[in-house]
Amino acid sequence: MFKIVKRRDLNPTVTLMEIYAPLIAKKAKAGQFIILRVDEDGERIPLTVAGTDKENGTVEIIFQVVGASTLLLNQKHEGDYIADFVGPLGEPSEVEGFKKVCVIGGGAGCAIALPVARALHANGAEVTSIVGFRSKDLVILEDEFKQVSDRYVLMSDDGSVGEKGLVTNALEKLLLAGETFDRVICIGPLIMMKFVCLLTKKYNVKTIVSMNPIMIDGTGMCGCCRLTVNGKVKFACVDGPDFDGHEVDFDECMNRNKMYRDWERKKYDDTCNLFKKEVK
Amino acid sequence: MPAKFNMRPTKNEMPSQDPKVRAHNFKEVALGYSEELALDEANRCLHCPNHPCISGCPVNINIPDFIAKIKEKDYEGAYQIISKSSSLPAVCGRVCPQESQCESKCVRGLRANMEPVGIGRLERFVADWHMENNKEKPAKPQPNGHKVAIVGAGPAGLTTAGDLAKMGYEVSVFEALHKAGGVLVYGIPEFRLPKTIVQKEVESLIDLGVKVYTDTVIGRTITIDELFEDGFEAIFVGSGAGLPKFMGIPGENLNGVYSANEFLTRTNLMKAYLDNSETPIEHAKKVAVVGGGNVAMDAARCALRLGADEVHVVYRRDIAEMPARKEEVHHAMEEGIIFDTLRNPVEILGDENGRVKGIKVVKMELGEPDASGRRRPIVVENSEYVMDVDCVIMSLGTSPNPLIKKTTEGLDTNPHGCIIANPETGATSRVGVYAGGDAVTGAATVILAMGAGKTAAKAIDEFIKNKK
Repeated sequence: MFKIVKRRDLNPTVTLMEIYAPLIAKKAKAGQFIILRVDEDGERIPLTVAGTDKENGTVEIIFQVVGASTLLLNQKHEGDYIADFVGPLGEPSEVEGFKKVCVIGGGAGCAIALPVARALHANGAEVTSIVGFRSKDLVILEDEFKQVSDRYVLMSDDGSVGEKGLVTNALEKLLLAGETFDRVICIGPLIMMKFVCLLTKKYNVKTIVSMNPIMIDGTGMCGCCRLTVNGKVKFACVDGPDFDGHEVDFDECMNRNKMYRDWERKKYDDTCNLFKKEVK
Repeated sequence: MPAKFNMRPTKNEMPSQDPKVRAHNFKEVALGYSEELALDEANRCLHCPNHPCISGCPVNINIPDFIAKIKEKDYEGAYQIISKSSSLPAVCGRVCPQESQCESKCVRGLRANMEPVGIGRLERFVADWHMENNKEKPAKPQPNGHKVAIVGAGPAGLTTAGDLAKMGYEVSVFEALHKAGGVLVYGIPEFRLPKTIVQKEVESLIDLGVKVYTDTVIGRTITIDELFEDGFEAIFVGSGAGLPKFMGIPGENLNGVYSANEFLTRTNLMKAYLDNSETPIEHAKKVAVVGGGNVAMDAARCALRLGADEVHVVYRRDIAEMPARKEEVHHAMEEGIIFDTLRNPVEILGDENGRVKGIKVVKMELGEPDASGRRRPIVVENSEYVMDVDCVIMSLGTSPNPLIKKTTEGLDTNPHGCIIANPETGATSRVGVYAGGDAVTGAATVILAMGAGKTAAKAIDEFIKNKK
């Protein structure tokens, strides 16, 4: 059992939790993830390590409520326990040896982009952060990003905060103005990562994406998270989750992520109804 | 005890669920001997002086002695004899291929139309009797002050742990998944090996003083080198062969295509067959399972139980060459699994939504024997046709996960990724690191993994004793 040491609500659907897991806190690097189960009958879900506190032995996770398991997790409070928490999994992100990097985060993906931006900054890179949200009340981690960024560009779909538009608009504006980057690192919804990669390909900027396929074990024993990179099958949990975005077959991954959509929708509704009943 | 031999040529059949009924549930297929059937079967043992059966058992259980105890109705005594050699008797009595091990050597089975003594069924009876009737916890052995770490809680690791704990070692088992058991919990389905039985076997090890740490991935959470720094004097690696193979044919990443490992992990470990499971699985109507091993049989029979109307096993050789146990093939046939042998998939076809809608196969014929001694399958020209299926499960075998190799300097592996270990001792290229089971051999059997665990436990004991 793993104790929830701290909980902070970042916006109406995104929550930060610190979990007591000293072995993982000691080891985890930017870009790695954990797998957790909320309770004994729970499913295994992957979440990126958003930060670690080695001294206190805690690991920070940030999650958005999107389905039954995240809904159940979101019911937990400080001092509660979750059944399982295993990691760090996956290969760490490459964060050393860069001069100028652009980190792009979309929505809850910003929680995953932040530790990468933090590590790049700590390694002396000049960091431009472009973050995008649907609207003002969904913005998360603004202060945290600013602390580790030399330039911070905030975009919103509806223009209610920052500039109106998509992260690709902001990136293209910079590239058109002649800005150069050693690398673009992009983390967010698949569709966003796909379009960022289409754009950077045009400008010939190497782009790394953090893939988020469906996972079960997260240790390479099932191939559920397989995707096609440069024509070859890779397991995101052990070969990734970071890949060269110009080589990833995004359409295939988007399709695979839809595999259980109807089932997930129903499970989410059932779980919601369960809570409603309890409230009554 | 009066010698009362039963000279019947055949084994007592084990009562089992009706195939029509069991094809739709996950309850255990074989129901086990009653006391009466067990006594009757025990009386078929001749107690021959050279007891060849023992040499057929990879962990050398004293078979005639435990059977003698059954004859005396001293079932606990029988259990004590088995547990001297085996840490998981309820498991082995169920999943061992006895026909090629202990029972293959039994003199009662040597002549035509004669069956050997049902040793596996008797072992199972004794182990189940013990679980049912003996609630006493075993006495903890006297600690000897030495610490050993075990990587992986599958059959190899659990056996090593049990043997070392009985010698007085402080044993810690590290398991990556959230449950101990390895293939016994994620691979072999409930209807062949109920998970409560695995759980009880693990609990009896914990009663012996073995510590089991789940959710710990060696190579990520802790490395082998860090385990030595933490004071472990020897380490046994029993991390198995869990990396699935795919064919590399077009369409393998379509929705509805699984590795058998994924399909079985969802079904068994995550219990996706239960209505209230949080883990989803496809309840496909027409399923093709590609492969001919025990894992393919398990996947096919699970798919049937999840509600498929038709399940096909697609295998490139003929049925006689299938590596699966005869009994499993027989059970699968009884339940209505269709065998499409001498067929090989060349492409998986998808619909406009990226979902499987068919599998293109070619017919095969058998040519000259290849290096493995089996006749090599050759494609029959112009024999291509499409099977109409909505789910494909790839069961082509597995290889060892490279994680431990990658994070442990000086640990040698062969070109297949298997850890190189001395077959006599389990010793690897790293001093103090031993290995056994599928991590060394590639995918094999539960009992061979247990045998390797026993060998390694003995070698580790000698290694630590000689160190001083």
